[in-house]
Amino acid sequence: MANVVACIDGVGSMAEAICDTAAWASAKLEAPLLLLHVLDKREFPTTDEAPLSGEIGLGAREALLEQLASLDEQRAKLAREQGRIMLDAALDRARQDSAFEPSAMQRHDDLITALQELQPQTRLLVLGKGTQGDALGVHIEPAVRALHRPILLTDKPLVDPKRFLLAFDGSPTARKTLDMVATSPLLKGCECTLLMVGPSTFDTRQELDKAAQTLCDAGFTVTTELLAGEADEVILQQLNASQSDLLVMGAYGHSRIRHLLVGSTTSTLVRKASKPMLLLR
Amino acid sequence: MVTMTPSLHYNWFSNIRGDILSGLVVALALIPEAIAFSIIAGVDPKVGLYASFCIAVVTAFAGGRPGMISAATGAMALLMVTLVKEHGLEYLLAATLLTGIIQIAAGFLRLGSLMRFVSRSVVTGFVNALAILIFMAQLPELIDVTWHVYAMTAAGLLIIYTFPLITTKIPSPLVCILLLTAVSIALGLDIRTVGDMGELPDALPIFLWPEVPLNLETLLIILPYSLPLAVVGLLESLMTATIVDELTDTPSDKNRECKGQGLANIVSGMFGGMAGCAMIGQSVINVKSGGRTRLSTLVAGVVLLILVVFLDDWVSLIPMAALVAVMIMVSIGTFSWESIFNLKKHPMSTNVVMLVTVSVVVATHNLAFGVFAGVLLAALFFANKIGQFLFIGKKRDDNNQLTYTVVGQVFFSSSDKFIAAFDFKEDVDRISIDLSRAHFWDITAVSALDKVVLKFRREGIDVEVIGLNEASATIVDRFAVHDKPDAIDDLMGH
Repeated sequence: MANVVACIDGVGSMAEAICDTAAWASAKLEAPLLLLHVLDKREFPTTDEAPLSGEIGLGAREALLEQLASLDEQRAKLAREQGRIMLDAALDRARQDSAFEPSAMQRHDDLITALQELQPQTRLLVLGKGTQGDALGVHIEPAVRALHRPILLTDKPLVDPKRFLLAFDGSPTARKTLDMVATSPLLKGCECTLLMVGPSTFDTRQELDKAAQTLCDAGFTVTTELLAGEADEVILQQLNASQSDLLVMGAYGHSRIRHLLVGSTTSTLVRKASKPMLLLR
Repeated sequence: MVTMTPSLHYNWFSNIRGDILSGLVVALALIPEAIAFSIIAGVDPKVGLYASFCIAVVTAFAGGRPGMISAATGAMALLMVTLVKEHGLEYLLAATLLTGIIQIAAGFLRLGSLMRFVSRSVVTGFVNALAILIFMAQLPELIDVTWHVYAMTAAGLLIIYTFPLITTKIPSPLVCILLLTAVSIALGLDIRTVGDMGELPDALPIFLWPEVPLNLETLLIILPYSLPLAVVGLLESLMTATIVDELTDTPSDKNRECKGQGLANIVSGMFGGMAGCAMIGQSVINVKSGGRTRLSTLVAGVVLLILVVFLDDWVSLIPMAALVAVMIMVSIGTFSWESIFNLKKHPMSTNVVMLVTVSVVVATHNLAFGVFAGVLLAALFFANKIGQFLFIGKKRDDNNQLTYTVVGQVFFSSSDKFIAAFDFKEDVDRISIDLSRAHFWDITAVSALDKVVLKFRREGIDVEVIGLNEASATIVDRFAVHDKPDAIDDLMGH
């Protein structure tokens, strides 16, 4: 059965926000909630006490292996214990939030590989949206690129949103996004602001109306906006102006090369948007 | 701003302090090694130093094992001695280019996975042989010299091993080199210095195409050298990668490492450097000093070049005795001490594989031959061992009927045993051979069965074979048709 997977890394307001959001989503989707913590050995830098003597004697390799293994052993025990505490706290919280069949899992792996392995049983992934320097912040883009599952990014609890902003650009990715929103029970009952950034021509107007109709048919209350300007700026502005609780958009519709040259709207919005985001692939 | 990906973060910037410090330590240790290996190969020290710089920097980016150190190495230097002697430096550079091309091809052909046939004892033998070769390469510096050189070398080793007791914040090989150089200058000793061994670099390496005619003749000259160079380079690199994997408990991409080594050698050849590969001793030093990511390898290469280019006048004053001391340390550190103790614990066949690998390398000065001999021997021992798993029972059903039950593995190594188990001289009318619990692995096994049946027939005995189809199901080149989860169980447990 497909899960809502939530990545927990730490305790405190961020972990709680992730728990609350994931609990709401799992209850709404009636999908079991899986709280995941990944123990990544590579997170640890070497100690300051590494000897710089640069000499190797008889049995240097054996001695070094023994020494590194015991260091890893101590760290791993500690990290595993900490991870369990984090997960226990998160599980408690998820139960309080009346999540659907919550469970917890800890893996020794790196985050992306762990998520890829879970992908077949994943329906929705909830990730913490870190500000810069946050350990999880590094993972957002690769996670979004590596996984073909909806990803909910959040740094504050998102429970029963009233209104969401759907960014639409008429691309195939955007049309797929639209269909997913229309068919999913996650946002049923919310009001939707359907935003298109582009010149107000007959074609774009018609495209937007068609998109709005799809949502209306699915039972959403839709307001449409067609505005000209830079996509990321307009979206950010409208996100606040429409008082939406959530930004929904298709993610990384363009190639990596284009991203390298001109940057990506998705990346900019992940950095700048002050609201939770639902990225659809 | 482009967001940093996790791999970029982990491979370069997750351990900045440790990597920069260990890179410095490694750079200081690479200088004496690069000089010493250039001398082994019979070229100017600058060839080895440029090579070490190019190889370290290129593998930092293109290699498959973060934190591993690659540079000019002794194993490779030993293979190019006659090429340099007979054809000169330009042909060495061309051979280096070709070595790189062969290694890249090996990477694309995924030959890195062939390493699974190299057993643990062959790896141990390789490492020990390498240590012995590095040590033996120092002997010319210790023969026909005055007592000063012995005293200096002994003092050097003493400093290297006792200085860490005072502090581990300063590399002891560096202290050894500095002190011995100071003593040699102060006393005005007439002993050989690095400056006597050839030209040192005084500028950054420049791009230059080897000056050799591009024809078949050149290819035929360099190919016999490039092939073993490519093989030995990949063997040592992949073994070192395995050692670093084990030490740091992290995985590496072996086929990317093959391509990275190839690219590094191509760049080295184009900038006037010799062929190189990963270094076991230096990689251990790097991990021990706290190096983990690609950054440590890059720092080692760049610092090496800066030091040598700006300090070339000083480097030329280093007495060879100091370098010999450092190299003896490297050879001692590379040797697997454990393997000596394990000789008593391990089975004889394992020991023989290890010792044969070592002896063949020491005799031929070519690590590829040693590994080949070791792998071959290990395979033979394995075949012999598996051949023991064969049991043939005999049961008399009534006075004129016998049943032979065969259990176990029948293949080339056990087929003689299979034939010998049947008694053709007995006076019976009928014989049945029950093969339903045997495995026939090859054609030799089938022909052995044919022989047995034929012999019985010639004695006028009726033979019935039971379960041949099941037994011979194992004669398949690939298990592709048996790729269902329980296929192996079916095959082995029928």
